[in-house]
Amino acid sequence: MAIEPRKPPPQFVAKLQRALGGRAGWGGFVIQILFVAALAWIAYEIVANARANLETQNIKAGFGFMANTAGFDVSQNLIPYSGSDSYIRVFLVGLLNTLSVSIVGIFFATILGFLVALGRLSPNWLLSRIAGGYVELIRNLPLLFQILFWYLAVLAALPGPRQSVSLFGSFFLSNRGFVVPKPIGNPGFEPFMAAIVIAVIASLLLQRYARKQLFDHGRMIRIWPWVLGMMIGLPVVSSLIFGAPVKFEIPELRGFNFAGGSRVIPEFVALAVALSTYTAAFIAEIVRAGIQSVHKGQMEAGSSLGLQRGSTLRLIVVPQAMRVILPPLTNQYLNLTKNSSLAVAIGYPDLVSVFAGTTLSQTGQAIEIIAITMGVYLLISLVTSAIMSFYGWRLGRSLGP
Amino acid sequence: MKRVSLVFTVALAAGLTAQAASAQTLKTVKDRGLLSCGVGQGLPGFSAPDDKGNWTGLDVDVCRAVAAAVFNDPSKVKFVPLSAKDRFTALQSGEIDVLSRNTTWTLSRDTSLGANFTGVTYYDGQGFMVKKSLKVNSALELNSASVCVQIGTTTEQNLADYFKGNNMKYEVIAFGTNDEAVKAYESGRCDVFTTDVSGLYADRLKLANAADHVVLPEVISKEPLGPMVRHGDDQWFDIVKWTLYAMITAEELGITQKNVDEMAKSTKPEMKRVFGTDGNLGEQLGLTKDWVARIVKAVGNYGETFDRNVGAGSKLGIARGINALWSKGGIQYAPPIR
Repeated sequence: MAIEPRKPPPQFVAKLQRALGGRAGWGGFVIQILFVAALAWIAYEIVANARANLETQNIKAGFGFMANTAGFDVSQNLIPYSGSDSYIRVFLVGLLNTLSVSIVGIFFATILGFLVALGRLSPNWLLSRIAGGYVELIRNLPLLFQILFWYLAVLAALPGPRQSVSLFGSFFLSNRGFVVPKPIGNPGFEPFMAAIVIAVIASLLLQRYARKQLFDHGRMIRIWPWVLGMMIGLPVVSSLIFGAPVKFEIPELRGFNFAGGSRVIPEFVALAVALSTYTAAFIAEIVRAGIQSVHKGQMEAGSSLGLQRGSTLRLIVVPQAMRVILPPLTNQYLNLTKNSSLAVAIGYPDLVSVFAGTTLSQTGQAIEIIAITMGVYLLISLVTSAIMSFYGWRLGRSLGP
Repeated sequence: MKRVSLVFTVALAAGLTAQAASAQTLKTVKDRGLLSCGVGQGLPGFSAPDDKGNWTGLDVDVCRAVAAAVFNDPSKVKFVPLSAKDRFTALQSGEIDVLSRNTTWTLSRDTSLGANFTGVTYYDGQGFMVKKSLKVNSALELNSASVCVQIGTTTEQNLADYFKGNNMKYEVIAFGTNDEAVKAYESGRCDVFTTDVSGLYADRLKLANAADHVVLPEVISKEPLGPMVRHGDDQWFDIVKWTLYAMITAEELGITQKNVDEMAKSTKPEMKRVFGTDGNLGEQLGLTKDWVARIVKAVGNYGETFDRNVGAGSKLGIARGINALWSKGGIQYAPPIR
């Protein structure tokens, strides 16, 4: 009797079944459909209910209000803004304020975090204890409390504008912020910038050349004197030929405040300092963990090659540690950005304050405004994650699998 | 702060309470056994908890009066302290039944917020407070000043209008709550603190050295403060509106917390209508016949409430001024109860 070969199972159907229903097969598929339907029904109910409620309360839904005149002023605007601009402009002003404080915060938090981590790992007993104390103190105190501390206890204790601390008669520190001379472009400005760009490009090319020489011919070229010379020399030559690139508008006390010059408001400083010192404590722990995750044989290998401790860390240990550090570091960057919304407590005009605060209460368009605000924070977070992932991908490529 | 708005917004979106509440607030309130009333976060004279934790103030008394009219018990109120920027969302979402939180009546608020003003409990105007040491005598001398303000108020817009209109420069620092703004002013971050004049007097009491601060004479805006209810429930709107009018009418007729029982026996036709011994005006509102007596017994007439909270009998000591009855040189006026 011939044995019939068993029919191969229908590949396509099996694959479909697994894709749609998982291990539970078609039964799982039904459950998934029901789940999605339930979700859709809840979403529909929410939307329909909200719409009905808005209608009975006579609230006009939609985004038309964004074009209306705002009619209030903002203390820090990176783009020109006045009370007669629209809510769209207010939104942009708030968004830029949120972004600027976040970027400054991330920059300093990263530097401080790395320094504290290295300090904590240092063989120097005193340094490591100080770094450890910093981490334990800062990360265990509520952030809002720290923001208020910097704002009300440190910066508000500065003297008033009339008694401000002055440096060279042109820099002024008071409880109204830090006022510095404002650079205003002269005719020599463009050649000056061009000289800087040329110097940077030339330096990059030089570095490439030096690297090629090192790899191909084993020749080590010292390029830094050249780079330094170009970076300083070219702009100086440019200003000698075309005149000074900028002139400075010196601030002076007029009435209650300083007129002229540029000013960093104390709200910005307090928020940026609090956010960066707070986040730095977490970043320090992440970096420490990352460095300690690299096998200590790597450190020993570096030493046996004759590298100094600093060079070993920089060239061998940190690049390997970065792979471990990167994902939690991204989390901290996202946290910092979101924490910047605590600004409203100290009067810093961030997105939540001017848009989800003043604009919301003036227009009453709660659903639209909160939706936009949440969308913006989501977008900022996704972009940050994407940048960090890209960096991680490049790092992974350069380190190999 | 953000979280609070978010909660209200989600509640608004989900419409958990709003749908039931928007149509028949009176029934919802009765079923709950409590009136939910949105008040300020501690403005002496208007809404502030006293040392025993009881809420007191003019705005608070309006809610107590509504509770007295509905339940015959002024204590059946749950007070929800709200910041200026969260107050409207809280009302829209149904979190509160009445917003009685020194809120300025404006056209845009009446039309676009899905809420209605029921009357004016206090005629106010915006003013400025500065340190005496600055030696400023007029708001017109405030060019280039830094001004502290609470966000989400008409104050912010009046401020912009006033400085722009007088061609003056200024810097505005807007804080999430009133207390934060006052604290920043006190610390020297701002030269000027601005809000409604009544608020300035109330906030000055909170400062360490009240005598070092002076309220400037200029009043730069009209700020009629009053309670709000949700749009779309006319019965509830009427109840809150006429509660205030009952308090004013009681003052006009000389009915006080003390003499209310005697006055109720009056045989004058006007008194009989007010006390419900003749006709059923209270029932037409959806309340009981003795609604006016309940209100006056609970909080007194408008004049008594004013004196006790912000007037001569209080720490604030604000004169009645335009808040006096129309018959005594002010503009407080109630339509007839008939």
